Amino acid sequence: MGDEVKDTIMAHIRRNVMEKTLVKGTRYDGRAFDEYRTVEIQTNVIKTAEGSAIAKIGETTVLAAIKFDVVTPFQDRPTQGVMITNAELLPMASPTFEPGPPGEKSIEAARVVDRAIRSAECIDLNSFFIEEGKVLGIYLDLYVLNHSGNYTDAATLAGTAALINTKMPRVENVKIIRGEYEGPLEMTSRPVTTSMIKVDKNYWLVDPMRDEENVAETVLTIGTTEKHVCAMQKGRGSLSKTELLDAIDIAFKRGNDLRKILKEVE
Amino acid sequence: MTEWVISLGGTKDVQLIIDGKRTDGRTLDELRAIRIEAGVIPEADGSSYIEWGNNKIVCGVYGPRECIPRHGASPYGATLKCRYMMSPFSSLEEHSRSGPSRRSNELSKVIREALENVLLLGKFPNTQIEIYIDVLQADGGTRTASLTAAAVALANAGIPMKDMVAAVAVGKASETLVVDLNKPEDNLGQSDMPIAMSHRDKNLLLVQMDGLLTKEEISRMLDMVEKSCDEIHEVQADALRRIYKTEQKEPFRW
Repeated sequence: MGDEVKDTIMAHIRRNVMEKTLVKGTRYDGRAFDEYRTVEIQTNVIKTAEGSAIAKIGETTVLAAIKFDVVTPFQDRPTQGVMITNAELLPMASPTFEPGPPGEKSIEAARVVDRAIRSAECIDLNSFFIEEGKVLGIYLDLYVLNHSGNYTDAATLAGTAALINTKMPRVENVKIIRGEYEGPLEMTSRPVTTSMIKVDKNYWLVDPMRDEENVAETVLTIGTTEKHVCAMQKGRGSLSKTELLDAIDIAFKRGNDLRKILKEVE
Repeated sequence: MTEWVISLGGTKDVQLIIDGKRTDGRTLDELRAIRIEAGVIPEADGSSYIEWGNNKIVCGVYGPRECIPRHGASPYGATLKCRYMMSPFSSLEEHSRSGPSRRSNELSKVIREALENVLLLGKFPNTQIEIYIDVLQADGGTRTASLTAAAVALANAGIPMKDMVAAVAVGKASETLVVDLNKPEDNLGQSDMPIAMSHRDKNLLLVQMDGLLTKEEISRMLDMVEKSCDEIHEVQADALRRIYKTEQKEPFRW
């Protein structure tokens, strides 16, 4: 709690500096309003998982890992595989993260990333059917290792990169043979999310740093595939219809940049 | 009469719209019947009950009152707390586990973040305002119905607000844009976009979306939301007007 207060006070002091630079058309780390920090992706970092990746946006670091299990399908989708996404905001990653059961921030992050990937229909869950009452469950775990702002975009990026990196496990007699694989997981699109904030004025700042997030009045995340919007989530604040439509344009532009970076890891 | 067979499992092949009519006979931009009552829980500072199609949701508001735990208090204004929960008997399927779920945690957060925009929280430093929402019977669209009810309960509690909020989901089912998704459309449709809008300045206070949509579709859907939210606002205003009527009132029936 103490750190959260410190964070807020520091953010308000920096807010003045921030606003002075915003008037000049840049942000205090020198970026343009619609510019991401340096994005880096590294795949296959966890050998015990079927797929994995670390995505870095600036200093923000998120590890994503994919594991498979044989599970019982949902009653209303008896032939479909099950996808379960979980996000951990590790207490080491930020002075504002606390140990304990998942809070609303980590639940929201997991659900937004899940929604973007699921809605994009980038993996065919029907191909995960094994036999009646048995399907493959795909677990996507997201570990936020350092939070310098915008862990949502880093998490989606890491998640999609980990899926690209995923090898399908060999299944024999309704059991996964660990360590044996049957080619890559097929993916038909590349969902990413683009988060942005509004501070006072009516323009969007893409990929906010932690200080910017702390003073943001409106927080918005938009998931895109090559052609469609696949998820949206507004955090705090409000926005007009025009602002939302502008945000969608920005999300497609920056999303396509992120997809180019994803292409390099394939 | 068309026989509606809702097959679960495949989502692509289900016809949800035939000749411009939906599974429950509504047109594309028609809302389900909405009934709102204010002041249904006498002990609460403010309360409301909403029947929205087959949804039945009750909402109670307490505060501003002392913030517990104390370290959660803010000198800048009241801390808004919101708890949305589904009762274990609220769906036609099996008895679900009671208590919060990952879904209800997220919905509590987005409902709170929608209402924070219209409440004058700055007037009540170091206090808390609590919103309790319990879904008794669910039939698709509970988050938007809950938000609509919560706005009425907050007004009923006399908490100063700069605007009223109404919410509705728009979505895409069988390649067609429809307002106020019912359960089959929610489960089997292609896309779902719940939106909350402030009444006077038409700001978007809750924005969520899943499924695949283009920018043009989203733009058209936002226009549909605006029209529907105006209709919902009328029902909300009427509920609030009725509790201050002096003549003989009908007793409230659940």
